[in-house]
Amino acid sequence: MVLNLLLPLAGLLAAALLWAAGAGWLAGVTPVASAFAPLATGEALLQLVHGRDLWEHVWLSLQRVAVGLLIALVLGVPLGVLTGLSAGFSRATTPLFQFARMISPLSWMPIAVMVLGVGDAPVYFLLAFAAVWPILLNTAAGVAQLDPNWLLLARSLSATRRETILRVILPGITAHILTGVRLAIGIIWIVLVPAEMLGVSAGLGYFILDARDRLAYSDLMAAILVIGALGYLLDHAARSLHRRWLHA
Amino acid sequence: MNAPAVAPSVLAPAPASEAVLAARDLSFAHPGIGTVFEGVSLSIRRREIVALLGSSGCGKSTLLRVLAGLAQPAHGEVRFLDAPLAEPHPRSALVFQQPSLLPWLKLADNVGFGLDFAHQPRSDGAARQARVAAALEAVGLAGREAAYPAQLSGGMAQRAALARALAREPELLFADEPFSALDAITRAEMQALLVDVVHRWHSAVLLVTHDIDEALLVADRILLMGGSPGRVLREWTVDLPHPRDAHPEALTALRLAILGALRHSS
Ligand SMILES: Nc1ncnc2c1ncn2[C@@H]1O[C@H](COP(=O)(O)OP(=O)(O)O)[C@@H](O)[C@H]1O
Ligand SMILES: [Mg+2]
Repeated sequence: MVLNLLLPLAGLLAAALLWAAGAGWLAGVTPVASAFAPLATGEALLQLVHGRDLWEHVWLSLQRVAVGLLIALVLGVPLGVLTGLSAGFSRATTPLFQFARMISPLSWMPIAVMVLGVGDAPVYFLLAFAAVWPILLNTAAGVAQLDPNWLLLARSLSATRRETILRVILPGITAHILTGVRLAIGIIWIVLVPAEMLGVSAGLGYFILDARDRLAYSDLMAAILVIGALGYLLDHAARSLHRRWLHA
Repeated sequence: MNAPAVAPSVLAPAPASEAVLAARDLSFAHPGIGTVFEGVSLSIRRREIVALLGSSGCGKSTLLRVLAGLAQPAHGEVRFLDAPLAEPHPRSALVFQQPSLLPWLKLADNVGFGLDFAHQPRSDGAARQARVAAALEAVGLAGREAAYPAQLSGGMAQRAALARALAREPELLFADEPFSALDAITRAEMQALLVDVVHRWHSAVLLVTHDIDEALLVADRILLMGGSPGRVLREWTVDLPHPRDAHPEALTALRLAILGALRHSS
């Protein structure tokens, strides 16, 4: 129990020491690098946390995560159910989905900006495009793993298609959908920062570029820490949601 | 409790109109694989417990699905309460080998699951609750309404599956090897429970089983299925009161007769 807490702390501490050593060595080469050091970063982080700016960027980024995830769910779950239920649809779309899934969403960026204009829309598109695949594929896997007797039970009750979907299939695949959501959140969080580096004027990705332009390297490092911490918390939240559903 | 009053089991022959289910000259084939059964005619009277006995793979489950309206026969007709059957009848219910409870629903909601679908006779809140309570009480699970399926033992889960079927107050209960996944002691308890509750509910039962002793202990009539394609080869009436273990000699004689017929058919 104590070890469970101590070992991760030891790992983090070792990383901080390596970080300090690396920054110190780099500062010998380029003096500007001293701004990357843990202490300077810590000071910058404290200031940022006490100000309002950072929180506005965080809030905007989290909103984009939510919108992107929502769009991915609205598209991914029905498509996944269709893929799981219809062998024909599955065969027709599997190569396409596997193909599209392997394209880095960021490569769509120029086209997305051209079609959707600058602003939030292309960011939503990129996030949803990145997140839809794990949700779609996990939903389809969940449908394929449904207990056939549940479907037989629904048929023996002369359930309509709608009743079967709402009362048996959707609750039956919720655990799988939540697994997809967890993976999707991880991907969204990774795609978010570069997606926010183009065409928007707020958000964590924008903040990184802005810090670079201001030559505020300590702020930049602090933003990186914030991005990591928030990602960790998001993943943790998604995990515990999954666990709670399974407990029921 | 809105369970019907206790009635004696009715073994006397009934007129044809007393049949809850009547099947005539049924056959069924899987496309490209072959005929599973053919020339099957049978009828089940109200409140009668009929065992469909046969070795694994002889087509019992397939026949049950056709009789329950879950699959359409290639030839022949199924009539339920004197009307042609095209889809599962609202006054029928199913129990499978696996309890197949829905793990996201509490026990009470699992038992009431068969009561609120568009094609079912609707029952409002109070009536629904009463049915669920009566069914849970009958299978000995009163007080466990709030439990989740993951918290039930295998035997308890199968009791819950039986309660889910009883809550529909079925005229005919289809059971496909409902106890074959249970240990011997639990199985014996469940067999006695089944006889007890279907008598109280005035339900008929079609029990699919490959266990001769189960058929002997539970059924009023035993249909032996076998051959390829499958047919109903023979039938026996078990004219003994429950509990049957009080009549070992009669059971043994019948058992030998059935074993002989089984050997003859294979
Ligand atoms: N979906 C199916 N497709 C093809 N063949 C099947 C299918 N289901 C069952 N069968 C075949 O039909 C025969 C009867 O199966 P079943 O009715 O399950 O027998 P039982 O319940 O008596 O063990 C078996 O030979 C089985 O292999
Ligand atoms: Mg079977």
